[in-house]
Amino acid sequence: MNKQTPNQLAQWKEEWRQGFAREKARILICAGTGCVANGSLEVYKAIKQEVEARGAFVTIDVLLEKEEETGVAVVKSGCHGFCEMGPLVRLEPSGVLYTKVKAEDAAEIVEALLRDGKPVERLLYRHPVTGEVYAEEEEIPFYRHQQRTALVHCGHIDPEEIREYIADGGYEGLYKAITEMTPEQVCQEIIASGLRGRGGGGFPTGRKWELTRIEESDQKYVVCNGDEGDPGAFMDRSLLEGDPHRILEGMAIAGYAIGADEGYIYVRAEYPLAVQRLKKAVADAEEYGLLGKNILGTGFNFTVKIKEGAGAFVCGEETALLASIEGKRGMPSPKPPFPAQSGLWGKPTLINNVETFANVPQIIVQGADWFNRIGTKNNAGTKTFALTGQVANTGLIEVPLGTTLRQVVFEIGGGIRGGKKFKAVQIGGPSGGCLTEEHLDLPLDFDSLQAAGAMIGSGGLVVMDESTCLVEVARFFMNFTQNESCGKCVPCREGTKRMLEILQRAVDGEGRPEDVEVLQDLAEAVRDGSLCGLGKTAPNPVLTMLKYFKDEYIAHVVDKKCPAGVCSALKGYWIDPELCKGCSKCARNCPVNAISGEIKKPFTIDETVCIRCGACVSTCPFKAIKEG
Amino acid sequence: MKQEGIIEAQKGDGRTTYQRKFEKVNEIIARLGRSRSALVPILQEVQEEYRYLPEEILTYVATALGLSPASVYGVATFYAQFSLEPKGKYVIKVCDGTACHVRGSNPVLEAIKKRVNLQGNKKTTDNLRYTVETVSCLGACGLAPVIMINDKVYGQMTPEAINIIIDELEKEDAADE
Repeated sequence: MNKQTPNQLAQWKEEWRQGFAREKARILICAGTGCVANGSLEVYKAIKQEVEARGAFVTIDVLLEKEEETGVAVVKSGCHGFCEMGPLVRLEPSGVLYTKVKAEDAAEIVEALLRDGKPVERLLYRHPVTGEVYAEEEEIPFYRHQQRTALVHCGHIDPEEIREYIADGGYEGLYKAITEMTPEQVCQEIIASGLRGRGGGGFPTGRKWELTRIEESDQKYVVCNGDEGDPGAFMDRSLLEGDPHRILEGMAIAGYAIGADEGYIYVRAEYPLAVQRLKKAVADAEEYGLLGKNILGTGFNFTVKIKEGAGAFVCGEETALLASIEGKRGMPSPKPPFPAQSGLWGKPTLINNVETFANVPQIIVQGADWFNRIGTKNNAGTKTFALTGQVANTGLIEVPLGTTLRQVVFEIGGGIRGGKKFKAVQIGGPSGGCLTEEHLDLPLDFDSLQAAGAMIGSGGLVVMDESTCLVEVARFFMNFTQNESCGKCVPCREGTKRMLEILQRAVDGEGRPEDVEVLQDLAEAVRDGSLCGLGKTAPNPVLTMLKYFKDEYIAHVVDKKCPAGVCSALKGYWIDPELCKGCSKCARNCPVNAISGEIKKPFTIDETVCIRCGACVSTCPFKAIKEG
Repeated sequence: MKQEGIIEAQKGDGRTTYQRKFEKVNEIIARLGRSRSALVPILQEVQEEYRYLPEEILTYVATALGLSPASVYGVATFYAQFSLEPKGKYVIKVCDGTACHVRGSNPVLEAIKKRVNLQGNKKTTDNLRYTVETVSCLGACGLAPVIMINDKVYGQMTPEAINIIIDELEKEDAADE
């Protein structure tokens, strides 16, 4: 069907690159899920109208048609990662970043750009602590300490415009792999690059490819795992929304390397925008002969189908995901056989995470050595993290593996919100663990984290300050994994339930001293006895909590106190003698007569009688009754 | 509005209610095929159409795909997305992921339930206007706490903002009718 010759790609690249280069300026409006929720589509419309009204609007179609034409392009980009400051608007070539833009700002932005290019100062990012104003995106501390390679296009190109991806060198990796390399060489290149699976486990990607390649079969499959279920993680979503062609290219390269002509992308149902962009990307790539039959005239065939998940965390586990694609309950199966030997419909299947595939095209184009130089020994390359929680700058970041937690939390994240004290970081979601102050200088890489009892997981990084109760957080995660346990194997199904009960008792103030030991034993049993990754890692938050915050847990079950003051059942009330005027109003309203005292002298609450109903708090006219 | 299939089923036009009711399902199955791997997409479209998975349609799909009703029921009950009870016109998903949880998703959930008058474990209002459920993560953690109403995401929620959003939905709803 496709008549293009291989050098068609180079021709396109040159032609379109020149077209885009004739844009006098471009205005990129972030259209990632975060910014859209903040109203960026209205901003886009308003800016486009303003540019049109001044007769300066231009599109790539016009630029390609009329060579002397120039103007300002207005395009929707993928996620910049700095979602909290959204809607974000980036200007090129200047690199100016406007934050929290509203539709009303459109005229001023366009006016300034067309006048002399001097940025509108009030819309620039202002550092919340130093007050310093930054004009260029790359100068902002949040970005300055990052190294964006997988995310290099996110926020910088229009994800729905395949010509832009190609003009920036897109699909060159695929072309190079097919025309200059044997499948074996591709696998060797990935092995040499040191790339490890970005979905959490950190298994060497090249070895997985090679294992699938050497299997003999009439049919093989490539599967992209985009079932990003970890609460607190959104790097896959941003990649799929912001640079979908890169994922397709990575999958096609993998297809060539292992000898597969069919690929599936499994995307969470909660990501409608990612699904929509992917569908468009697949259709466009097919139209240009970059997917489908006889790709670029090379004789290589590769098609990609999109499968929407239906809401089950366990489907992030590879064997469960494959069962789900087959139309079954998404339950894991024992390994071996590994998917490389018997995967989708019993055929050899390569399954990698979204971010893993995103790294592939550049490794092929720039070479394994280039990739290997980023990061640390045995941990090559960069990793994206979703930095959230009680940190000043939340968002999606990408740093070389081996960057310390301190750099991430304090330099990129800007430290803790509201001047509170750092307490812990929960890394890797419900499969990971918490890290404390003593780990701040720990390099973030697969091996160091595993040694500390946590794991990179997909890369969720939730920062917690002193007002967070780690016992409650452990309960929260256990509640999540217990809900999501598929019920196939006993240790996970029953063990997570019992652990949840114990943790629930602790936060409800009904913990028993012997629980400490039982919880530890149970956690270890579930870790060692479960069938799949979900159960094996589910106890991590509990085990790390017991390791690093045992005092806090003992305070809950023995002293019946919540040191962070979060667990309401353990909250006590006390009367501030400075504020109490001794009016007796609280005592008269207390349903259990726990409050006593002499009129006009400070009253007191008898903690052994108090049922913590809080009735006294609202009746006190002097706000003298405190919680804690 | 998407319930037309069922509502119209009760109108007489010469055909039986039964024929009417399964017309849409037949179309979905014809489009997606009868392979086992089409089961999840078929159920997703059925749910989109009827807002839930009616029991008789599950058995119908099972027969059409040559599967046992038990295995279709097994799939329908495994995934959180599927509901065996009718869902409301507006499905409000309150994110209770880690980031939203630590930034106060619970008061937001309580505010929504109070506003639409849902008590206890009930998820859908009697007039089938609202379904309120929690989800583990919507992936918009930078805007925590987040909710999603049908396909639209709302970030940095507060109990006060909920009232404004629901006021708007009510207005939209009144205009529809």
